[in-house]
Amino acid sequence: MVSKQRDAALRVLSRKDFVSDEEVRWCPGCGDYSILAQTQRVMPDLGIPKENIVFISGIGCSSRLPYYMNTYGFHSIHGRAPTIATGLKASRPELSVWVVTGDGDALSIGGNHILHVMRRNVDLQIILHNNQVYGLTKGQYSPTSPMGTVKVSTPMGSIDWPLRPLAVALGAEAAFVARSLDVDPHHMLEVLRRAYDHKGASFVEIYQNCNIYNDGAFEDFTAKEVRADRMLYLRHGEPMIFGKAEDKGIRLNGLKPEVVELGKDGMTEKDLLVHDETLEDPTVAFLLSRMDYPRYPVPVGVIRAVQRATYNDLMEEQIAKAIAAQGEGDLAALFRQGDTWEVE
Amino acid sequence: MTTLAKEPAHPGVIDVDRVTIRFAGDSGDGMQLAGVQFTKTSAVFGNDISTLPDIPAEIRAPQGSLPGVSAYQISFSSYDIYTPGDQPDVLIAMNPAALKVHLPDLPRGSIIVANTDEFNPANLKKAGYETDPLEDGSLGSYRVFQVPIGTTNQRALRDTGLTAQEIDRSKNMFALGLMFWLYSRPLDTTIKFIQERFGRNPKVAEANVLTLKAGYNYGETTEMFAQHYHVPKAKLAPGVYRHISGNEATALGFLTASKLAGRPLFYGSYPITPASDILNQLASFKRFGVKTFQAEDEIAAVGSAIGASFGGCLGMTGTSGPGIALKSEAIGLAVMVELPLVVIDVQRAGPSTGIPTKTEQGDLLQVMFGRNSAAPVAVVAPATSSDCFNMAIEAWRIAIKYRTPVVFLSDFYLGYGAEPWLIPDYESLAKIDPNFATDPATFKPYARDEKTLARPWAIPGTPGLEHRIGGLEKGNIDGNVNYEPENHDLMTRLRFEKIARIANDIPEVEVFGDDEGELLVLGWGSTFGVNRSAVQRARAAGKSVSQAHLRYLNPFPKNLGDVVRRYKKVLIPENNLGQLRLLVRGEFLVDAVGLNRVTGRPFAISEVEERILELVG
Repeated sequence: MVSKQRDAALRVLSRKDFVSDEEVRWCPGCGDYSILAQTQRVMPDLGIPKENIVFISGIGCSSRLPYYMNTYGFHSIHGRAPTIATGLKASRPELSVWVVTGDGDALSIGGNHILHVMRRNVDLQIILHNNQVYGLTKGQYSPTSPMGTVKVSTPMGSIDWPLRPLAVALGAEAAFVARSLDVDPHHMLEVLRRAYDHKGASFVEIYQNCNIYNDGAFEDFTAKEVRADRMLYLRHGEPMIFGKAEDKGIRLNGLKPEVVELGKDGMTEKDLLVHDETLEDPTVAFLLSRMDYPRYPVPVGVIRAVQRATYNDLMEEQIAKAIAAQGEGDLAALFRQGDTWEVE
Repeated sequence: MTTLAKEPAHPGVIDVDRVTIRFAGDSGDGMQLAGVQFTKTSAVFGNDISTLPDIPAEIRAPQGSLPGVSAYQISFSSYDIYTPGDQPDVLIAMNPAALKVHLPDLPRGSIIVANTDEFNPANLKKAGYETDPLEDGSLGSYRVFQVPIGTTNQRALRDTGLTAQEIDRSKNMFALGLMFWLYSRPLDTTIKFIQERFGRNPKVAEANVLTLKAGYNYGETTEMFAQHYHVPKAKLAPGVYRHISGNEATALGFLTASKLAGRPLFYGSYPITPASDILNQLASFKRFGVKTFQAEDEIAAVGSAIGASFGGCLGMTGTSGPGIALKSEAIGLAVMVELPLVVIDVQRAGPSTGIPTKTEQGDLLQVMFGRNSAAPVAVVAPATSSDCFNMAIEAWRIAIKYRTPVVFLSDFYLGYGAEPWLIPDYESLAKIDPNFATDPATFKPYARDEKTLARPWAIPGTPGLEHRIGGLEKGNIDGNVNYEPENHDLMTRLRFEKIARIANDIPEVEVFGDDEGELLVLGWGSTFGVNRSAVQRARAAGKSVSQAHLRYLNPFPKNLGDVVRRYKKVLIPENNLGQLRLLVRGEFLVDAVGLNRVTGRPFAISEVEERILELVG
């Protein structure tokens, strides 16, 4: 795996160095606090100068995050953060650029941009806070809300089928796809670190509880006491095992994942699917992206991490190639390109 | 010819001082290429030139049909000209549809060269002719020359070993050769072009040269044309010239601005007629470090440009009217975050999809006001195709100095029209200082320059200047999110005042003619040439008529109010229903009148002249 350079000398920074003086204005108890804390915590560990880090967001509760990071930040317009991030990264590839977005921002109004930023593989970290609701506009259903969601704008229940963010990412040819959750800070830290380390567009969905408009949306499987039995922590190279007693696993039956009990009917670890995040073929990753509770344990961790040239690198390469082939541009010569004539 | 014949330089050759030719044929007939070659040859020869292509909206409409007709008009002269000419002296009609579409523009007595090979019953029917106009006497008042261009071309190339289709594709060169003979032009510029263009395919190159010469010789040997013509060189300012279209000049101007500022150019754009050329052109400037980004849509295009500007590059985007509509919210963001940004609008006929390949000046009010709340931006508009170069540099000078979006308002006519360009000396152009903030001790994100009111440009990567910007209202000076009523009122006024102060930094509007008088003809953008020519004619007829032309539309030049009040009447010709007129009347309480036409074509000089005479009769 290609890892990014880390400057050990810069690891003297601490979380506090990344806390801005802007007062945090999320509702008390919001899952965004945890995401902010882990984001601030992971920064010193990346070993890059603070001034080379930029957070860019769209609109929504999640998109306020850049104001609270003591880095460069840009709180832009609804859905458009990937476009601004693309322009910044393409023109200043040495910067570490993070996109902060939400389910409405990324998948509804900004749906087009999220597709293209991933297929282009611009070297960005894209952190999608998924709370399955519109919080800032006071509680309308979102493109990730389940069918039948009753909210202020859908008094009889929503009638549109939800998107699965990870499946959208895979469909858009994303090379790095991962998921984490607000209530598991250690896991989130690790996933954020992996997202940074990956060269290319890194897409991370984080389940985030909105305790005001959609409280407990993920609680059925993220609550501490049930988490081990209802979530699948993916680890590269290891069989897909879950359960408090580590007694359950995922087996592939044809093209269908199946929950099996280890020891039952002679089932052993060898029968289980081994997680391989580096598979070029996205089929298994796609199956994982569609596993949901209660039919399956909900997978979290790095689902896919494959290497592909980044848009920003290729752009630099083309410029270098053009210069190597034709020499650096000479403006005076360009002015006189084609037929000229002199008037005396 | 429109102008007086003079003493012949050689027997059979008549000197004229201005000629307008229109090449018209099927969109696959290569009329644009023939037109461009005629233009280059005339330019290199030393004439003043002005051109305008007339391109169908469909890439290949059905062959022989009226919507499939493509044309290219060139005017060349021995004196300064400002327009591609009102009416052609010569029409080359490659088929009946081309004749049908363009005949209404031809004055009586003008020359029609008709390609008789295509005047068959099927094509006549497609063009809606019941009888053959070459036979039925309906062209009696024109000088019609029937030339079997297709078959003569085939005969000339029969031994080249090319396929019939390949041979047929060269017939535009035959027509071009014939025109070169008629107007005593040398062939070498075009021969050089053919050899470069088809370098990899020598057989095709040879065939094109052969048929070009065959066309020329056809003129010389058939004695069909009793005489041919000579347009002497024009007296232009000394220097080295080249032929340039507005879109080429635009791309070159923006590249030059980036060199003058010492910062890379980043161009985010979504393909759209008639602005795509600028994207294509800039994409070929990679060895200059130019980065082009073909975005997924218009919004992504402007977003990427804002991102690049945030990073300290010259972030810009380009589009036409419909794209501006999509970019509006993001332009408002750039107003709010007070970053430099240049937005090109090559206007086309609208609204909605409108007529994508026709010209109009319909977006002035859109770029002035088409954003939510009060979001002022600077607006500049080149007056001619070559002026696109100067105004592109001006757009960046203003954007950087005032940390503001600037709209560069071009149009189809300027973008595709072409004229000679006096190549500037790069060293003589003024540098642009990006003036980045670097000092953490004094840095405040919304501190303001006393004179310009610009805020600091503090780019990521600068230690100690980490700060957050965004679309939420910010406190003046400290730049923190601020919802206080008085602060919002102050910031709204500051955003206006900043744009208003640009007026201190741009040239005053100049008057051509008298400092006061009966009538001022005021214009903006691509009407410069036609207004100038019409005013010249009216003045030659002894009328008290002067001209002023705006290249800066927001803010207006400081003296504009004084100027418009010095004339009894003000006429504002526009290819819209009176947008500048609305602004001028509102700003100066002057009862300006309009000449307003939205035909998709530029004004004819005679249209403006007639309106002038109505007013000063």
